[in-house]
Amino acid sequence: MMRTERTGLPAPAPHPAAPGEAPAVVIGVGSEFRRDDGAGPAVVARLRGLTPPWVRLVITDGEPARLVEAWTGAGLAVVVDAVRADPPRPGRVHRFVLDRPRPVDPVSRAASSHSLGLDDAVALAVALDRMPGRLIVHAIEAADLGQGPGLTPPVAAAVAAVAGAVLADLRAPSQPASQPRM
Amino acid sequence: MTHKNERVLSVAELARVEGEGALYVRTRENRVEEARLDIYEPPRFFEAFLRGRSYTEPPDITARICGICPVAYQMSACAAMEDACGVTVPEPVTDLRRLLYCGEWIESHALHIYLLHAPDFLGYRSGIEMATDRRDLIERGLALKKAGNAIMEAVGGRAIHPVNVRLGGFYRAPARTVLAALTEPLKAALDIALDTATWVAGFDFPDHACATDDLLALVKPGTYAIEQGTLATRSGLTFPPAGFDAHVREEQVPHSTALHARLAAGAAGAGGGRYLTGPLARYGLSSRWLSPLAREAARAAGLGETCDNPFRSIVVRAVETVYAVEEALRLIAAYTPPEPPAVEVPPRAATGHGATEAPRGTLYHRYEIDAGGLITAARIVPPTSQNQAAIEADLRGFVQAHLDLDDAELTRRCEQAIRNYDPCISCSAHFLDLTVERS
Repeated sequence: MMRTERTGLPAPAPHPAAPGEAPAVVIGVGSEFRRDDGAGPAVVARLRGLTPPWVRLVITDGEPARLVEAWTGAGLAVVVDAVRADPPRPGRVHRFVLDRPRPVDPVSRAASSHSLGLDDAVALAVALDRMPGRLIVHAIEAADLGQGPGLTPPVAAAVAAVAGAVLADLRAPSQPASQPRM
Repeated sequence: MTHKNERVLSVAELARVEGEGALYVRTRENRVEEARLDIYEPPRFFEAFLRGRSYTEPPDITARICGICPVAYQMSACAAMEDACGVTVPEPVTDLRRLLYCGEWIESHALHIYLLHAPDFLGYRSGIEMATDRRDLIERGLALKKAGNAIMEAVGGRAIHPVNVRLGGFYRAPARTVLAALTEPLKAALDIALDTATWVAGFDFPDHACATDDLLALVKPGTYAIEQGTLATRSGLTFPPAGFDAHVREEQVPHSTALHARLAAGAAGAGGGRYLTGPLARYGLSSRWLSPLAREAARAAGLGETCDNPFRSIVVRAVETVYAVEEALRLIAAYTPPEPPAVEVPPRAATGHGATEAPRGTLYHRYEIDAGGLITAARIVPPTSQNQAAIEADLRGFVQAHLDLDDAELTRRCEQAIRNYDPCISCSAHFLDLTVERS
């Protein structure tokens, strides 16, 4: 498999129906100055220069209206976010696919590292009929969400694998969801 | 309710505020003994993080403090650093900065009005619940917000954490055609903004006056101050940003990592005290400098020359949105790309001060740099921490006046009272726990 010189990640194969197909967007959610909360932006940074032109790369703070704006009209949206888990296994990655989201409690709370999170954005998008054709979420369990730059070692170690998984999602957007992986 | 003499109310996370924090209210024998708003304050980390870094970096680094108001951080950082270096940027650069700032005001105010604050008045538990019922309203709000985003992207390079801002101006001036393309969307946004002002003016507002000693905002006679001006108070004090340290005292309070700001003794008429910054302060000090259209929108919405009711802050934000959209149209019509897009800002050993009007109020930066341009000290005072003492005082008064309400309703009204001030999500915190103890 061809690997790029810059990151060693496998380059995506040309999308079979890129011209005229609904565009895709990869959204990294988080803040690079809140330690592991920067995991999403780190994955997006790693993907720069590796994605085809029909893929938009976006970094956002997770504010639901921005998330909805970012994926409105996209055939595929891939979101990468840090999450808190109990008990935690920092660096563990969960992949979820939402093909047919159900209405959710409009005041439910998020599992995201943000006070207003992905479930709020999904609920808002469902209400406004603004869901992407397919939504894939890569959630990376965080160890430290305190102040400061830099990811903790287990989360940093997960970035390359998640970037590769995102590229795989872009190559095969119909791929089914998988279980949490190391 | 725990027993007949004691009640404890708790909201694990206060929704629709921008940040982390906690509200604690304790009452005894039907008197409020304590009302605290605890917030965690990221700027303190950034102050330490900036020491030893280059004087050119604060506009980019401090923009990361807040995803909602990054332009405010960039503009205050530029103003402070250019002040330190003795540089005044030319008017075309100032105009472009003001345009970028208008984009942030539009985006931030539209978000707060439609998704965060309006649900309180319309009986919805969240903007999302409101969207299921009134999709038309939320779509209208998002369309208004999108107009602000478009300005941020065209001038700032992207809507979140703009990358085109540098000391002395911009890395690249947008072409005239790029900004001209925003005209039609902004004209549509102006109609939405006017409709918004009419809409929110019809909400049911409780009769309530903010419990604050004074107001503080930038003023610049002849215009509604945003990106530059002189600091002024309702009590008649005026001072340049360089006087902020002398006139505003920050003090530690045991329950919060955020410092409480107060005007120094003698500065606030009867001897200093807590003050409010933000839309109510700006409007109270500069409503006469709004555009005729914005003034008419304010008049039609029932506002006078000042507004002391924090529940009506949603109306003031709507009027400010009208102004920001109109101002953006004016700046675009008159736009000539600054050439060069930035002036040189050579370093020198000095201290610089900068203050601009973030959507939530005055944002002050101070930097000390050495001759080589390394930062030796930094101070950042965001509006939410300045408002913290006034918010607490307001909550204390509000709870005292509404102790007859049951726990659930009092909790809901307290949350709404906090949202009146639009405390900044990212500048302040992630979660707000609300606890009310009654005994």
